[in-house]
Amino acid sequence: MTQPANSRPMISLQSVSKRFGNFAAVDSATFDIAPGEFFSLLGPSGCGKTTLLRMIGGFERQSEGDILIDGEPMGIRPPNQRPTNMVFQSYAIFPHLDIAENIAYGLVNRGFDKATISKKVAQALEMVRLGGLGNRRTNQISGGQRQRVALARAIVCEPKVLLLDEPLGALDKKLREEMQIELRQLQKSLGITFIFVTHDQEEALSLSDRIAVMARGQVLQIDTATALYERPNCREVAGFIGNMNFFEGRISSVANGVAAIEIGPGQHVRVAASGSSAPGQVAILAIRPEKIDAAATMPQGNGSISANVIKARALAGSYLGDRSLILAEWREGTAPVSVSLQNRKAQIGAETFAAEAPIWLTWPVEAGVLLNN
Amino acid sequence: MTLQAAPTTTAASLQTARPEWLDGLWLIVPTLLIVVGMMVAPLAGIVLVSFWSQTGFDIQRDWNLDNYRILFTAEGALYRILILKSLWMSLTATIAVVLLAYPMAYFMAFRIERAKLIWIILLTVPFWTSYLLRIFAWKVILGFNGVINSGLKFIGVIDKPLEFLLYNPASVTITLAHAWAAYAVLPIYVSLEKIDRSYLEAATDLGDSKWKRFWRITFPLSLPGTIAATLLVFIPTVGDYITPTLVGGTSGIMIGNSIVTQFGKANNAPLGAALSCVMMLAITLAVCAFLAVIGRKRLKAADI
Ligand SMILES: Nc1ncnc2c1ncn2[C@@H]1O[C@H](COP(=O)(O)OP(=O)(O)O)[C@@H](O)[C@H]1O
Ligand SMILES: [Mg+2]
Repeated sequence: MTQPANSRPMISLQSVSKRFGNFAAVDSATFDIAPGEFFSLLGPSGCGKTTLLRMIGGFERQSEGDILIDGEPMGIRPPNQRPTNMVFQSYAIFPHLDIAENIAYGLVNRGFDKATISKKVAQALEMVRLGGLGNRRTNQISGGQRQRVALARAIVCEPKVLLLDEPLGALDKKLREEMQIELRQLQKSLGITFIFVTHDQEEALSLSDRIAVMARGQVLQIDTATALYERPNCREVAGFIGNMNFFEGRISSVANGVAAIEIGPGQHVRVAASGSSAPGQVAILAIRPEKIDAAATMPQGNGSISANVIKARALAGSYLGDRSLILAEWREGTAPVSVSLQNRKAQIGAETFAAEAPIWLTWPVEAGVLLNN
Repeated sequence: MTLQAAPTTTAASLQTARPEWLDGLWLIVPTLLIVVGMMVAPLAGIVLVSFWSQTGFDIQRDWNLDNYRILFTAEGALYRILILKSLWMSLTATIAVVLLAYPMAYFMAFRIERAKLIWIILLTVPFWTSYLLRIFAWKVILGFNGVINSGLKFIGVIDKPLEFLLYNPASVTITLAHAWAAYAVLPIYVSLEKIDRSYLEAATDLGDSKWKRFWRITFPLSLPGTIAATLLVFIPTVGDYITPTLVGGTSGIMIGNSIVTQFGKANNAPLGAALSCVMMLAITLAVCAFLAVIGRKRLKAADI
């Protein structure tokens, strides 16, 4: 989802940094999040996702920059004076209160009378499918239910922005997938802006309108799932989201919007050029394993303009049911190229290529991505 | 076939196994022996003696309720007043102790980030001198020519020593409060330290100010330690007799002094034993009342 042209962003980060001593946990983050967007922060552990989220919530004070929520600069406002609520990674369900009291916790502070509070609590319980469990103690419910309580407790406060720090991290796989769907439905029906922290790329890709990929405190790319997967802007993003093969070399020529990269002596691959591509530049061609086709014999005819062809040596193949994964070495000393073939035909990919046998790898020019670093 | 056999063997081995509650019981055996030998037996002795009577230098093993009759009729009014007074003085001291200890424990749990152990060790420093010496120290501080009086005299605030400082219930309460403060800090500290910091963040996130958060989260969750501290100070101080002896004067005596007198100078061990029993009963009732006030729900919630 792209931001509507003339609407004010719900969150606006302006050069937000957080330093612990000399170490920058978040380095000058600048981006906007639109109202109603499901926005994810994705990156490996320790890249600064939690720190960034906690700064938005007011739990951590930024070293530099400012955060605007719905147009208002937050400065150093404490969490209780921000229009945000947080679902903590540990859930932080108060152990001395029962489920209903936990959910009512924030409502008490907003000055509702008792009847309104119990009505809202009952609604919230229904919404997260915990109806009738209001009187349970917190140690009498399962992990998935605790997660729902934490969610209900936050959304019942009707925040403008809901912050979620790896909320599904503690759940088992099946429950996690169920909760992902519920979370997404909940967000759609409430229309609240969600900022969702995760290190699980599949989770981020399937849930989010947009994703910010982070590494070492920096935001590398912010885009939709499709754009991140199809058009990563750097090698790190390309490698972090899914699998990617890289061919390194120098641009030898640029013609008709297509750059030829010399990846070995006399060996060229072609890829759509970017505006700044020029002969002599160091360049990387990135290509997804499933976009490569493999053949045991030299392909006829179309090896000319529209496709790249590389001769390689099959190293190993593994049969994965719906597809086969083949590793091939096109030049000694380089990382093997991985190729993913759908097992559609009678002949199965993994069985077609004997180890050490020659294998021809082909892919259309437009399937690759040109990267600079 | 094999699959069906498996549960049968499990069931059989379960039947021959020792009951689970016996596991680890040997761990408490030494303590149990000491408790039975050093506490239960003497206590039973005291209860027995309280039903006997004293004639001259001899104890008559004639089972009777005379001692209790004395304590619960007009004859024993003084004892009953003394018990109530002791409960009251201990209660005041206990409240003072908890009020002093709580901020200290809070500071240690939430504000000290490094070298917590050093603070805990510092807390035990007063214990490096004997209890007796610490009480004597208060005598020196509060006394007629003590630190406070001579200090005030020196700077010219008073020209005659203040006599109300020492030898009254207040001086006993002050001394008890000081002597027991360290005992209260530790249990409160432990229960504060145990509080997950994310609870506090969640409370703030849900709109609590710091003050509100304290009363809604921190305090309820520290109740187990605070209750423990309260009982830990209240119960032993009711029967204390050293402190009132040293700093209490005639108006500051407590029930402990009276029991000592019965066993000693008055040479009436059975009455002393009965007095002890009544005192224990009074403490038990006081503690039960205290716990009832806190409420069962609160207690149940607190022991998570
Ligand atoms: N209070 C702190 N003091 C020092 N370093 C910290 C502190 N909090 C986080 N860090 C560091 O900042 C980096 C980012 O942490 P975090 O935001 O928790 O990462 P993530 O949530 O992406 O796993 C980590 O290297 C972490 O060690
Ligand atoms: Mg984190």
